[in-house]
Amino acid sequence: MKKLLIVLALIAAPMAQAVEPSEILPDPAQEARAREISKGLRCLVCRNESIDDSNADLARDLRVLVRERITAGDSNKEVVEFVVDRYGEYVLLRPLASGSNLVLYIIGPVALLAALGIGFIYLRGRRRPAGQVPDGLSAAEAARLKEIMKD
Amino acid sequence: MVCAMIVELGHFTLILALIVAIVQTVIPLIGAHKGWANWMAVAEPAASAQFLLVGFSFAALTYAFVTSDFSLSLVVANSHTAKPMLYKVSGVWGNHEGSMLLWVLILTLFGAMAAWFGGNLPSTLRARVLAVQSSVTVAFMAFVLFTSNPFARLEVPPFDGRDLNPLLQDPGLAFHPPFLYLGYVGLSICFSFAVAALIEGRVDAAWGRWVRPWTLLSWLFLTIGIALGSWWAYYELGWGGFWFWDPVENASFMPWLLAAALLHSAIVVEKRESLKSWTILLAIMAFGFSLIGTFIVRSGIITSVHAFASDPSRGVFILGILAFFTGGALMLFALRANSMQAKGVFGMVSRESALVMNNILLAVSALVVFVGTIWPLIAEMTFGRKLSVGAPFFDMAFTPFMIVLALILPIGAVLPWKRARIGRAVKQMRWALVLAVALATLAWAMQTGRSALGPVGVFLGTWLIAGAAVDLFLRSGRGNFASKFARMFRLPRADWGKSIAHAGLGVTMVGIAGMLAWETEDIRVAEIGDRFEVGQFGVQLDGVEQVRGPNYIAVQGQLSIWRDDRKLFDLRPEKRNYPVARMPTTEADIHNGFLRDIYLVIGDQQEGGGWAVRTYIKPLANWIWAGSIIMALGAGFSLSDRRYRVAAGARKSPANAVAAE
Repeated sequence: MKKLLIVLALIAAPMAQAVEPSEILPDPAQEARAREISKGLRCLVCRNESIDDSNADLARDLRVLVRERITAGDSNKEVVEFVVDRYGEYVLLRPLASGSNLVLYIIGPVALLAALGIGFIYLRGRRRPAGQVPDGLSAAEAARLKEIMKD
Repeated sequence: MVCAMIVELGHFTLILALIVAIVQTVIPLIGAHKGWANWMAVAEPAASAQFLLVGFSFAALTYAFVTSDFSLSLVVANSHTAKPMLYKVSGVWGNHEGSMLLWVLILTLFGAMAAWFGGNLPSTLRARVLAVQSSVTVAFMAFVLFTSNPFARLEVPPFDGRDLNPLLQDPGLAFHPPFLYLGYVGLSICFSFAVAALIEGRVDAAWGRWVRPWTLLSWLFLTIGIALGSWWAYYELGWGGFWFWDPVENASFMPWLLAAALLHSAIVVEKRESLKSWTILLAIMAFGFSLIGTFIVRSGIITSVHAFASDPSRGVFILGILAFFTGGALMLFALRANSMQAKGVFGMVSRESALVMNNILLAVSALVVFVGTIWPLIAEMTFGRKLSVGAPFFDMAFTPFMIVLALILPIGAVLPWKRARIGRAVKQMRWALVLAVALATLAWAMQTGRSALGPVGVFLGTWLIAGAAVDLFLRSGRGNFASKFARMFRLPRADWGKSIAHAGLGVTMVGIAGMLAWETEDIRVAEIGDRFEVGQFGVQLDGVEQVRGPNYIAVQGQLSIWRDDRKLFDLRPEKRNYPVARMPTTEADIHNGFLRDIYLVIGDQQEGGGWAVRTYIKPLANWIWAGSIIMALGAGFSLSDRRYRVAAGARKSPANAVAAE
């Protein structure tokens, strides 16, 4: 039932379509920028959906707001800052890499390095467990092998 | 009257099953400890009895849904007399209570299967596995009976029900939960094997051999379940997204990643008697993450801490189950893990190391998904920051792991055990590499944009698919091409399964990259009779009609797809309205093709009289799910190998089985 909660969120939202024809900006370059920005902004009343995907009225308002800022001449960064100022960092689908959030960003690389380190030590240990079979052949074994191969 | 009796009997057998499960948890454990054969022998008939009792209980609930017995509050909340039969049946698990009963049913099914096919296990291990499995069942039966009883009655039954959520009235979603649960719960057997082995204090090659089929089976079901859910999202939610990194999706994805890791590390235990304690830990964690997934989905804690706080009984119960089983098993692990001695000796470059690398990548990527999923909760509770972690974060943090995994996979797959040379493996793989580079270059040259995503996806996918083919070919021994080719088809099914599954991963990767990189989208207002160009196709709105379904009314767009002046086919997207549930849905109409899907959605009528029409051309979309099916097929092939068949060992003593490798 992994989708159940998306579903429940959708029940609350009247079913318009995401990105209505009337919202689209005449300039394709600006519209492309709006889409790009929208993909990173969360529809606040939905469940983990971007405003680009969401059908909710609030998402529609935000989409229109983003397009207004773009036509007013804001850069992508300024548009996002404008929205974050109004709605808080909750609106960002990719959280700011600052303060405590750094943990979120470095956990992957750090865990990977740690795992690689442990894996390396383990593998080195498996190469020759103490007092067991040495690498390669001893001189006597090599001689014996040579003899066998001759036959 | 009979009808009422059946439902009451179903409730009764569920309570009876709980008592049997308690007996099955306690008696065989004591028996195994004391060496009393007759106490251990209780486990098997008890496991079968549990399955039959819960099976009856589930059948009784299904009966109540099918006959629309509105004296059950669950049926009222989730069914309606006018609903098609398929969805009356799927409505049984399309809700919290029923889905938890399904979960219990599958738990007992796996318990019974372990009893039926476990004839070859040493009697103490079998008794312990069944007892541990039963203890999990006890916890979930208590959860169902005390917090989520599906058999709760209404004093005054209404005349009709409130209908199932229309989005759930869909074949994809009807079968999505059962498959997912089969996967989640299948991992409980691996967990039981791990805990039983810890109690025994013994893990050997035979243990690896017994655990692997269960892992394969769970992974197969998880793959199908996740693919079904993603396919459903693709066609039902109306814009063709297939994966949202939603917490509930991640909940199923983490066990999938860990099961994939377990699948590979169990091979090392089986063939080389190494990585034992790690494999045990993985088996515990894989099921632990299934429980975490259940907790996330059932408690709703990630969506809203406040919703959780207002009705915590269910969430706290599952959290208790999670803490008890995962915590208990990990404690046991800490006490016993050092008793497991690795035997195999191998070089730094070897199949063993490649599998260790596979495990590192899968486990760390699962950790990244886990931390990302619970981060909003941690941030809010500890730092007071309200934030979201969504698709853009996961795309950035997770994708590199999969790219590296895909890069090393074909090489790792052909490395010999014990000692290997990378150079030799690369040389063996050179044709796969050449082909992958060639196709990626072609994709780069043909695309209009400058995005690297598509070509990289094509490269990785081709590398995996061609690599899998080379792997099979290399296994077919020496000789000329014809004899190798002939011998390829006599290779063990496990070899085929491996290559098929690896190729399936490649197919899925091509699909994901192709669809994301090369999608075309068109959103516009069309008047009836208009024809407009999208990509290389013409789309014409021929008309819009009102149509009536069994329990909905719909606005149906009648559109045709053209190329030049030739009509190719018609598409009929709908906007449905379900009056009982008072909810609209979008039914996209999709023309599936090998290289692209055409995906049409009809929107609202505009003020000027035209209709909103959304057209998407989604290249390689079907490859995503085709790849998933191929992966599941590969798992099936492996499972059917006579060396791994669930029941196979019955005819072989464990000692022989190891020596045979």
